Amino acid sequence: MTPPPGSLLTARDLRKAYGPTVALDGAEFSIHPGEVVAVMGPSGSGKSTLLHCLAGIVPPDSGSITYDGRELAGMSDAERSALRRSEFGFVFQFGQLVPELTCVENVALPLRLCGTPRRKAERAALTWLERLEVDDLGGKRPGEVSGGQGQRVAVARALVTAPRVVFADEPTGALDSLNGERVMELLTDAARSTNAAVVLVTHEARVAAYSDREIVVRDGRSRDMERAV
Amino acid sequence: MSARQWGRDLGLGFRFAFTGGREGWTRVLLTAVGVGLGVALLLLTTAIPTALAVRHDRDGARADYTYGPRRPKAANTLVIADTDTVFRGRGVRGRLVEPEGPKAPVAPGLSAYPAPGDMVVSPALKELLASGDGAILRDRLPYRITGTIGEAGLVGSRELAYYAGAKNLAPKINGYQTARITTYGSPNKAPATRADPVLILLVLLVFVVLLMPVAVFIATAVRFGGERRDRRLAALRLVGSDSRMTRRIAAGEALAGSLVGLVFGTGFFLLGRRLAGSVEVVGISVFPDSLDPSPALAALVALAVPAAAVLVTLFALRGVVIEPLGVVRTARPARRRLWWRLLLPLGGLAMLAPMIGQGRSGGDFNQYLVTGGVLLLLVGVTALLPWAVEALVARLHHGSVAWQLAVRRLQLSSGSAARMVNGIAVAVAGAVALQMLFAGVQGDYTKETGKDVTRAQMQVNLSKGTPFTAAGERFAATRGVRAATSLGSATLGDRDWRRGPDTTVSLTVGTCAALREWATLPSCRDGDAFVATGTDDDSSTTRLARPGTTLHVDTADGTGRGADVRWSVPKGLKPARAITGPNGAKSGGILLTRAALPDRLSRLLDGAVFLSLDPSVPDATEYVRNTAARVDPFADAMTWSATEESKKFASIRTGLYVGALCVLALIGASLLVTQLEQLRERRRSLSSLMAFGTRRRTLGLSVFWQTAIPVALGLLLASAVGLTLGCVLLKMVGSPLGVDWPSVLSMTGAGAAVVLVVTALSLPPLLRLMRPEGLRTE
Amino acid sequence: MSIGHTLLGLLESGPRHGYDLKRAFDEKFGQDRPLHYGQVYSTMSRLLKHGLVEVDGIETGGGPERKRYAITEAGVTDVQRWLATPEKPEEYLQSTLYTKVVLALLTHRDAAGILDIQRAEHLRSMRVLTDRKRKGDLADQLICDHALFHLEADLRWLELTTARLDKLRAEVAA
Repeated sequence: MTPPPGSLLTARDLRKAYGPTVALDGAEFSIHPGEVVAVMGPSGSGKSTLLHCLAGIVPPDSGSITYDGRELAGMSDAERSALRRSEFGFVFQFGQLVPELTCVENVALPLRLCGTPRRKAERAALTWLERLEVDDLGGKRPGEVSGGQGQRVAVARALVTAPRVVFADEPTGALDSLNGERVMELLTDAARSTNAAVVLVTHEARVAAYSDREIVVRDGRSRDMERAV
Repeated sequence: MSARQWGRDLGLGFRFAFTGGREGWTRVLLTAVGVGLGVALLLLTTAIPTALAVRHDRDGARADYTYGPRRPKAANTLVIADTDTVFRGRGVRGRLVEPEGPKAPVAPGLSAYPAPGDMVVSPALKELLASGDGAILRDRLPYRITGTIGEAGLVGSRELAYYAGAKNLAPKINGYQTARITTYGSPNKAPATRADPVLILLVLLVFVVLLMPVAVFIATAVRFGGERRDRRLAALRLVGSDSRMTRRIAAGEALAGSLVGLVFGTGFFLLGRRLAGSVEVVGISVFPDSLDPSPALAALVALAVPAAAVLVTLFALRGVVIEPLGVVRTARPARRRLWWRLLLPLGGLAMLAPMIGQGRSGGDFNQYLVTGGVLLLLVGVTALLPWAVEALVARLHHGSVAWQLAVRRLQLSSGSAARMVNGIAVAVAGAVALQMLFAGVQGDYTKETGKDVTRAQMQVNLSKGTPFTAAGERFAATRGVRAATSLGSATLGDRDWRRGPDTTVSLTVGTCAALREWATLPSCRDGDAFVATGTDDDSSTTRLARPGTTLHVDTADGTGRGADVRWSVPKGLKPARAITGPNGAKSGGILLTRAALPDRLSRLLDGAVFLSLDPSVPDATEYVRNTAARVDPFADAMTWSATEESKKFASIRTGLYVGALCVLALIGASLLVTQLEQLRERRRSLSSLMAFGTRRRTLGLSVFWQTAIPVALGLLLASAVGLTLGCVLLKMVGSPLGVDWPSVLSMTGAGAAVVLVVTALSLPPLLRLMRPEGLRTE
Repeated sequence: MSIGHTLLGLLESGPRHGYDLKRAFDEKFGQDRPLHYGQVYSTMSRLLKHGLVEVDGIETGGGPERKRYAITEAGVTDVQRWLATPEKPEEYLQSTLYTKVVLALLTHRDAAGILDIQRAEHLRSMRVLTDRKRKGDLADQLICDHALFHLEADLRWLELTTARLDKLRAEVAA
């Protein structure tokens, strides 16, 4: 199976079950560099599982995932971890900031995991915090900032390594619409400016409207809405 | 607030503890097991004084006082001989008995005396003799077993003891080993010998040092599962309980756990007591029934533990604001102040200071001051540690990601980190101090025997009149004996012993070879006589050892009676030079070869055989003891060693070691529970770290650092406080200062080992928690 | 929207010429549909007749005659009353989409397909509005948000209907 031309990340016929619960049942996905793709669908439809599979966090039971010409299934756990460190970025709804680290340290963390020296990593982190308009929070801990601010810090952290794919799982789920939209604007602007692809899992249409394209997951099967027309 | 309200809220918490579903139960169970272990240890400690008292009383009740006056045979007399022996390092209490009339006193635990040739034995001895291990001992005790000694006649469940029936013991009465008695027990209600104040101090300290960590442990145990409980409390706030009520409800939950813990503890204690009957620690065993906590102390435990649980909970919730929608830990607690924390250990030192130097003068230690001082010093550790951890981690910077994660975590919650290691720190500090004290006073309690163990390793003293040369040959033929040197000796005085001599000189008889062990002889043939000089005091020898002088042989053995036997110093005494004998002493006097000794005197000599053993033969000493028993049932076989440790002392030291290890294991268990709980709480954070590609090694290391930093600090502080306390204690007993590094290292090493084990055990759950399931939002 | 009330409200800050009124209206409310001058003229005549405005002065010069209007006491009361009266919420009970779905089901056509096509179309509109919102000023943002929320509501209905299509099919068939 060859991925569509120009595709950065492609999944074919993904299947994944947690015990008797089928989460993915032949899902398809592909994304181009710089593209923002929304993954929508009702609760429990398998959106998050698709994201976890695409990001190499959870191995699918069957099917293929190709990233930049490489098959994810053929990689060891350590290789996939390294991929996540250097090529991918993550924004989740809850709990992604390490509560004991300050905001700037949180943002610097992925760089440091890749081996960047502390000073350099924290300088880069500060630049990103500035871009996301939260540079005044650098020395604070996640427990001391608001939800919207925390989410911006998380976006900064997802982008600091200049990833080629950002995975965002309900990134505005815990925010009000004003904060949520600001976070979405900052996320998509920043991603476009670095030509990063964004996989955006959400159940909110207004959040999905920030994407270039959407796919809908229902009962573990994906549906590309562009092709439906 | 009224007492009724208190009662109602506590009761509510109590109900919550049991109706909280599986989670609630697990929490109650964990707390209960933790508190239970602590309570069992407390009960055991309160029972030990009783057990020791029972031991002491029984030992007193069966005492056969052989130093009494000589009395004639009568209907109520009994002749008893002490034939104690040692089997593979374990003492065997042996008695030969011959009742002389129908009213002879019956020993405690016996209903009647065994007939001559029979014996009654303790259950443990019966067991030993029946087993393969006891084969050698069976040869030494050639009596038929006809019964067992009851509990009343034994001091411990594993004690080895027997009473054997004998005939014709009366001639052997000598006032120290064999005697005629009319009653058991100490004849005059002698005041219990006043115990050495230093020993009392040590025992006191062992208890304090072992119980402090138990208290710390109980305090930790009632906090098990605290995070989940906080969530439940938040839910209670939501439905309208005020913050004081919530605290009381939390206290009620802790109370429930601790009450179940009391029940568990009683169970553990009873179970442990059963087991205690079948073990022997450093030669001491106890009967389960005598491990009876004194009611007052048991009641104190029953009241103090639940009360402490309530107080600890209220104290722990002090810095926590429970809001209806969650628990807010006061974000930045006030900086810890140092001054009052320093007051505790300084106060402790101040209480101990007045007693410095008391041990040397034999003065008493004020028990309250000692206990209070030591307690304050050790509590000082628990007060100083949070401050020290906070102060240190605030200054730690930079480093690897794992290090940074750990340091930041510690900075955020240094208090809980310090609490985790408090128990270990207290245990180690106390143990270090005590080990140091032990090492210091060991010199006082370990005697250099001066015996030269390269020349002989055993000495067998034979009763008066036993033909020692023949005996020596039998010993020489015994398995495992390389050489046997036998000597006979007596003391000669210048006057009749019934009046008491002014000057005495010793008489030693043996073969030329044997005599050469004691003096350098110019030449020697059988029939020669020598006078050996060269000791520190030769004056009586030179005065009495003159040819023709009439000397009187000691036949009285200190009883002031016995026939007057005279002997005149022969002519032709050859001069000899005394050398240090195998017993480590130089003794001069008159030396005779066998032929130079008149036959009539040979019955009056005390024989002794010095034995050199083949170390490659196992049980050589046991074979020697068997031979000794065959040659002369009253023979006293002793194994020599270069030093001799006070037995009492050794058992305290061992007790401390065992206790400290138990306490450390207990604390390790609570450390593990706390650690696992913390990890569960951080589940989401860990999963997301994993999602963006953190190496498992990095997270594992961060957990390691997170434990290792406070523990290293705790051990450092504990060593410092322990060494200080040790120095003060050494000053108190007046021993020279000296640091016993091996014990410091072994105790801190044990503490560190606990941490390593805990980290290792918490790794598998850590890896499990890092799985992506934690990313799910529900 | 009542143009009369809106113009009255604009007059409250001070007298204006008819042309000024049109400009002010277009600037604030007429992004999509600017007002014709004729509309302003006819509305003002109606308001004059009801005594809600009065002519404050007439300028004559080069070009058409220009009247300056001022609001009267009665006009102010009218604006006040209008503002205080809640708008009747629209009930959207007559829905073309619903009709389409039921018809598709009755004729055994692919109802789910229809819903999906509509959904994609809605989202496309939302994307356009979102884009405009990102580039526009606050007024743009508020107006786009209003539209976005309505579209979102439609979209949620589409999703819900998709989820209940089987049930609906059974009911329609019965």
